[in-house]
Amino acid sequence: MAEVESTRAGAVQTITLNRPDKMNAFTRALHGALREALKEARDPEVRAVVITGAGRGFCAGQDLTEFGESGDVGAALRETYHPNVLAIRALEKPVIAAVNGACAGAGLSLACACDIRIAADNASFVPGFIGIGLVPDAGGTYFIHRLLGASRAFEWMSSNRRLTAAEAHAWGIVSEVVEGDALPARAAELASFYAGLPTRALGMTKRLFDHADTATLEEQLEHEAQLQAAATQTDDFREGVAAFLEKREARFSGR
Amino acid sequence: MNRPKQLNALSGELMAAVVGAVTELDGDPEIRAIVLGGGERAFAAGADIAELAAGTPISLYESRRIDQWDTIRDLRTTVVAAVSGFCLGGGCELAMLCDLVVASETAKFGQPEINLGVLPGAGGTQRLTRAVGKAVAMDMILTGRMLSAREALAAGLVARVVAKEAWLTEAKRVAAEIAAKGPIAVRLAKEAVDKAFEAPLAVGIEFERRAFYLARASEDAGEGLNAFVEKRPPDFKGR
Repeated sequence: MAEVESTRAGAVQTITLNRPDKMNAFTRALHGALREALKEARDPEVRAVVITGAGRGFCAGQDLTEFGESGDVGAALRETYHPNVLAIRALEKPVIAAVNGACAGAGLSLACACDIRIAADNASFVPGFIGIGLVPDAGGTYFIHRLLGASRAFEWMSSNRRLTAAEAHAWGIVSEVVEGDALPARAAELASFYAGLPTRALGMTKRLFDHADTATLEEQLEHEAQLQAAATQTDDFREGVAAFLEKREARFSGR
Repeated sequence: MNRPKQLNALSGELMAAVVGAVTELDGDPEIRAIVLGGGERAFAAGADIAELAAGTPISLYESRRIDQWDTIRDLRTTVVAAVSGFCLGGGCELAMLCDLVVASETAKFGQPEINLGVLPGAGGTQRLTRAVGKAVAMDMILTGRMLSAREALAAGLVARVVAKEAWLTEAKRVAAEIAAKGPIAVRLAKEAVDKAFEAPLAVGIEFERRAFYLARASEDAGEGLNAFVEKRPPDFKGR
C-alpha cells in the first residue's frame, strides 16, 4: 500500500496521505512518498494541488514509534520535514489543505504550510507538541505565527487547546468549513477554480507574500516591480487584457 | 557562458572563450560595461572535473589555465556578473573576479572543493575572505556549505538580489546605469575600489587622491559639473 496516493484530474493534483490506521502519522516512508508527490506537482500541467488525508484523520503528526530520545532528531527533521515544507512553499501554484479530520502536531504545521485551508466540520486542530514536552517543528512556529500573530500563536501552541473546525474558522486558520462528506467535492471544486486562474501570476503572488514577511517596504516595492515586469510577458496577461477589451471571459492557459 | 548540459563547468575551452570575448570587448571603446552571465540553472557549477582529473599537477601548472583568469581582473571595462542558479567553485571565483554580482533569488554560492579533497585554486580562499570576512569564508571553504542568494547579500558577496525572472534584465539594467556614467571616472573609481583590497590603506588613499585629480582633468568632469549647476543631464564623451 502506498503511504501517499497521488492522483491527477485535469490540472489538479490531489495528494492523499495514506496511513489511515495510524491517522496518517509521518514516518520516513511517508515523507519520502510525499516528496515524490510534491515533485510530480511541479509539472507545469498541474495548476493547483490538494493535500488531504485518507480515513478519519488528516494527519496526526509524527509517528512516535520512529522518533525519540535516541537518534539525531535534528538531522531527521532536516532530512524529512524540511524538504517537504520548503517544496510546498516553492510550488508556484496554490496548495490547498483539505483537512478531513484530526490535524495535530507536525500535521498542523503541514496544513499551515499550505496556501489555503478548508476543513470538514468534524475536523479538529491540536498543537500537540507541548503536550509531550516538545516545541513546534516543521515550520509550525513560522506559519502559525504568521497566521495568528505572536500573542495568539503562543497562547495556542502553549495551551495545547484543541480547536474545533468552527473555532479554527473563527480564528482565520481555515477559510471554509463544510459537512464532512462534502469535503472532497468542495476541495475539488475549489482547486479547479484556482487551476483556471493565471497560474504564473498566482505563483508570483505567492512568492511576493512569502517575501513580504522579511522585506522592507522598499525591497517589497522593488520585488513587485520586477515580478510585474515578468507578469506582463506571460500569455495569460495578453489573454486577460484581450478578454477585458473584448468584454468576454478570459481563458487562461497558465503560461 | 553556454554549456547548459554541463551547468557551465569551466573547461579550458570555455574559459579561453570567456577570456577571449571579454578581452575583445575591453578593446572596444564603444563598450562601457560588460555583463557576464550563464544560464538560468547555473552561472557556472565549477571547474571541469573530468579535465582536472585527467591533468597532472605539472601539466595544469604549465598550461597556465588559471593564470589566464587574471585577464578578467585586469580589464578596464566594468564587468557585472549576472548569476542565476549554481555559482560554485571556479564559478564563484569567476563571479568574484567581476566587479559586482547581481544575483537571482535562486542563486547558490559555494566553494565545495573541500568535498573533492582539494581547495579553491583560482583565488577563492583570498577573494572570498576579503568579500565576506574570515568567519563566513572559513565556514564555506572548510565545510563546503553553500550560501543562498540572501545569505550572500547579507555577507557582502553580492550587490543585489533580484526576482528569479529578472536576473538578466536587472544585471543589464545595472550595467546600463554604469555605462551611462563618465567612462574615465568609472574606470578610475573601479581601480580605486580594487586598491582597497590589494593595498594598505595609505597607499589606497593616495591612489584615490591622484585618481580624483586625474578624473577632474577630464572633459567629462567639466561637463558633469556644469550639467549639475545647470540642472540638466550630463552628456559624457569619455574624454
